[in-house]
Amino acid sequence: MSMLDGFDRATLLLLIVVPLSGALLTMMMPGNRPRDVWYFAVVVAAVSFVLSVVTFIRYDYGLGGFQFAQSYNWLDAPVHITLSLGVDGITAPLVLLNGIILLGGVLISQNIQYRTRDFFVLLLALGAGVYGTFVVRDLFFLFFFYELAVLPMYLLIGVWGSSTDFGTFLRTKEYGAMKLFLFLVAGSVLVWVGILAMYVQGADLGFPTFSLERMGALAASGQYSREFQVWVFPLFMVGFGVLAGLWPFHTWSPDGHVAAPTAVSMLHAGVLMKLGAYGIIRVGMVLLPEGAEAWMPVLITLGTVNVLYGAVSAMSQTDLKYVIGYSSVSHMGYVLMGIATLDRIGVAGAVLQMFSHGIMTALMFLLVGAVYDRAHTRDTNVLSGLFKRMGVTSYFFAIAGLASLGLPGLSGFIAEFMVFTGAFRTYLPLAVLAVIGAALTAVYILRLLAKTFFGELDPRWDDLTDASPMEKVVGGAFVVILIFVGVWPEPMLRVINVGIASLPGI
Amino acid sequence: MGLTANIYLLTPEFALTGLALLVLAVDLVTPDNRKALLAWLSVFGLAGLIALSVFMLWQEQETLYGGLLAVDAFSLFFKVFFMGFGIFIILSSIEYVDKFLTHPGEFYGLLIFSILGMNVMAMSRELLTAYISLELLSFSLYVLTAYARTDPRSNEAGLKYIIIGAFSSAILLYGVSMVYSTLGVTQFAAISEQLASGSGASPALWVGLALVLVGLGFKLAAAPFHMWAPDVYEGAPLPVTAYLAIGSKAAAFALVLRFFAEGLLPVVDQWRLVLAVLAAVTMLTGNLVALAQRNIKRLMAYSSVGHVGFILAGVAAMSHDSLLPANGVMLYVVGYSVTNMLVFAALISFFNMTEGEQITDFAGLADRQPFLAGAIAMGLFSLGGLPIFAGFTVKFYLFTAVANGGLLWLAGLAIFSSLISLYYYLQVIRQMYIHPVADGQSPVAGHQPTASGQGEKLETALSPSALMVVVVAVSLIGVFWLGVYPAPLLEAIEAASQAILPGP
Repeated sequence: MSMLDGFDRATLLLLIVVPLSGALLTMMMPGNRPRDVWYFAVVVAAVSFVLSVVTFIRYDYGLGGFQFAQSYNWLDAPVHITLSLGVDGITAPLVLLNGIILLGGVLISQNIQYRTRDFFVLLLALGAGVYGTFVVRDLFFLFFFYELAVLPMYLLIGVWGSSTDFGTFLRTKEYGAMKLFLFLVAGSVLVWVGILAMYVQGADLGFPTFSLERMGALAASGQYSREFQVWVFPLFMVGFGVLAGLWPFHTWSPDGHVAAPTAVSMLHAGVLMKLGAYGIIRVGMVLLPEGAEAWMPVLITLGTVNVLYGAVSAMSQTDLKYVIGYSSVSHMGYVLMGIATLDRIGVAGAVLQMFSHGIMTALMFLLVGAVYDRAHTRDTNVLSGLFKRMGVTSYFFAIAGLASLGLPGLSGFIAEFMVFTGAFRTYLPLAVLAVIGAALTAVYILRLLAKTFFGELDPRWDDLTDASPMEKVVGGAFVVILIFVGVWPEPMLRVINVGIASLPGI
Repeated sequence: MGLTANIYLLTPEFALTGLALLVLAVDLVTPDNRKALLAWLSVFGLAGLIALSVFMLWQEQETLYGGLLAVDAFSLFFKVFFMGFGIFIILSSIEYVDKFLTHPGEFYGLLIFSILGMNVMAMSRELLTAYISLELLSFSLYVLTAYARTDPRSNEAGLKYIIIGAFSSAILLYGVSMVYSTLGVTQFAAISEQLASGSGASPALWVGLALVLVGLGFKLAAAPFHMWAPDVYEGAPLPVTAYLAIGSKAAAFALVLRFFAEGLLPVVDQWRLVLAVLAAVTMLTGNLVALAQRNIKRLMAYSSVGHVGFILAGVAAMSHDSLLPANGVMLYVVGYSVTNMLVFAALISFFNMTEGEQITDFAGLADRQPFLAGAIAMGLFSLGGLPIFAGFTVKFYLFTAVANGGLLWLAGLAIFSSLISLYYYLQVIRQMYIHPVADGQSPVAGHQPTASGQGEKLETALSPSALMVVVVAVSLIGVFWLGVYPAPLLEAIEAASQAILPGP
């Protein structure tokens, strides 16, 4: 047992340090041996994955609260900053999610030949940033890792991405990369101002601190005035919301996802967008409960627009990746709605949706990447009947698609059902609209399945081959997770519920 | 006790003067092909003086010449910083001087004289002493700017610099004389007493202080007094550009910090808004105009104007009851300097190999020379304020101080300006990483080149000199170090702040 206790003390620090030092070490590897670089990155990602799984399993849901807590002094007064770590019921599943997607993303990137070393340096730094954001309990470090996760995106998309030719105009990868980067940094401008406002307010109350725990205590005892909360909350809501794809600040998301290489799309849509939603919960809801209450009608309305607008946009796309990109916008809408219900079931549904959508969208991007690698097009007007040549890919896509339209037995159903329940209890008309959004999802997903994957085989795709063994293994693992959570959500939900229970105002 | 009783405390300055003269003298007997010897002599001399200063002046808290100069933790901090920076700039100049400049002896000698000027600036507690040390720095820089004698741009820059410099010095001096004519004193502490007692507060005093501020604004290149900076930066030899962007700024802020902390704090409420507006205008001007630049030196010039705006915001937040703004300013000055050292060292190395200074010259650098490209990219990300580099940490600290000083709007504006700056930094990174080496092909067309650089070397590959690689690598470590663990540095800074702000 003592070894495990030692593990408990070090685990969260390791979650940050392993990928970060992996990135630094990769930087020093010779540039002309891409295979070795990949092996090394796989090892780093695998170790992180194991750490994530163990963290999730060893999280004691009977006990609740923050566990594996550690604190390291980083700066002394007057600006006191500690690297304090801890995982609760909300972050435990998200840490697990990041471990899964990071490993999957690294594994399927085995054929990156161009500047392989730089690619994995940036990818691992991205992973470290996401881990860090989830496990720290200090606003400075939360923001530090949040920005660290955004930092590599420009180069990852700009260098290894792909441009899309729409015939009449070209969406270049540079455009996608720059748009994504500037949007996200613009969002973090608002977050940063919000953090400073929180600090100054705390200092005025006699507690100059960045510690989420101490700020939480101030909030719980009602020290932040309602007026203050009402003007600061939107900074966090919009600032973090940009990363979560909040309408009308979502436009970076489809362009960025489409331009990004497969592993980056997976990580970005799979986990990075969740950072935004997580930020709204952890910073906005916990620290500014009255502000949250005041602004939730706005957030749930915008979330509903997300659902509908994303679904309608996805319906009208002819590029496979754009369909998924807009479907991400639509599905992140459920997450935002769930949060905005401030209802126990709704928020739990939102967190479960984060996990479920993370796996599902990563799977979709993986499969579309596999199609694009072989067919060199993603145009749904010319792709058809892929099932005959890419059987496994098509089956997997069908499962991911059905999960996304909320078929019972798959994880998406449970999560969306919980969000709807929460919404029906709080904002009935919007809940009805959201259900319509789910129906629209069925339209574009089934249309894709009917023609592109299971339609008549176009002779020009006769030479296509199915996904590589590695893609099948990773995709298969994702499918198993989707089914597992859909059939038996209890292990996931009991952890999430413990985390939700400690949120104020629910 | 005579005025010169503790004059031994100035040993480092005397030794520095001696070192400069020694370099000039040794130059006379050094054969032309051995001039690098002078650089190494300067480097080891400066290193020795850093050790001597720390050893001799550790925890000293004295004033000399009846209060004209202070030997305290603040001046020690900046002395060590300036001399360390001198070592850096000399090391990164060696190859450049060898290739592009004549008369290396005077080049290094003048550098050391200018360091002397900076050291005295950090020690000055009196307006005229400050003025003289500022002129010593400026005159060295005028000559260094025009050092590429055969390059008309360098000559033009030198001429521009000296005219604007003389003009601003005149304004500064006029302001000093008006302060003296109303208060009858020029020592910071005495000014502070007079201001606190409210005697002599006349319009002439405010005009005098405003003129001093304008004069310092010119030296700092704060908008709207910045227009000389891009031309001078562009024309000056690249190591001198680095020197202007880092050393002269840091020294001017050392002077400003002490002057405001020891002299002007009693009227803090009167100048806070003026300074805040100046800071806001400076950060917006620098960052917006930088967007339109095509030349990397001009880009760095406007970028440095933007950063001056951030630091001025920190100065505007200074007050009696908090060390935070002074800490933030010093931390930012160090973080900005270390990051700029990284960028400029890499730029100098690149220039040594290609003589390229247009942003488009950097196209494909990530394939030609991955190490330099990585160094420049990390430096620019740091300047843009992204973690895990120095830029993020120092910005966060400084903006926290600004917000805490009651200027949340200014902190917000600074954060927004940072966002703007990322766009032009990314333009350089885009050239290096996304655009291909040779033109001809559109960078957006179709697929990326596959597996280039596997095994065989690119034809256009560059190989920087070992010395430059070491200099860049050391600055890179500095940038990471400050980004993840600034605590030891902040301890020294805290002591320095306490020396000039005994209150809190």
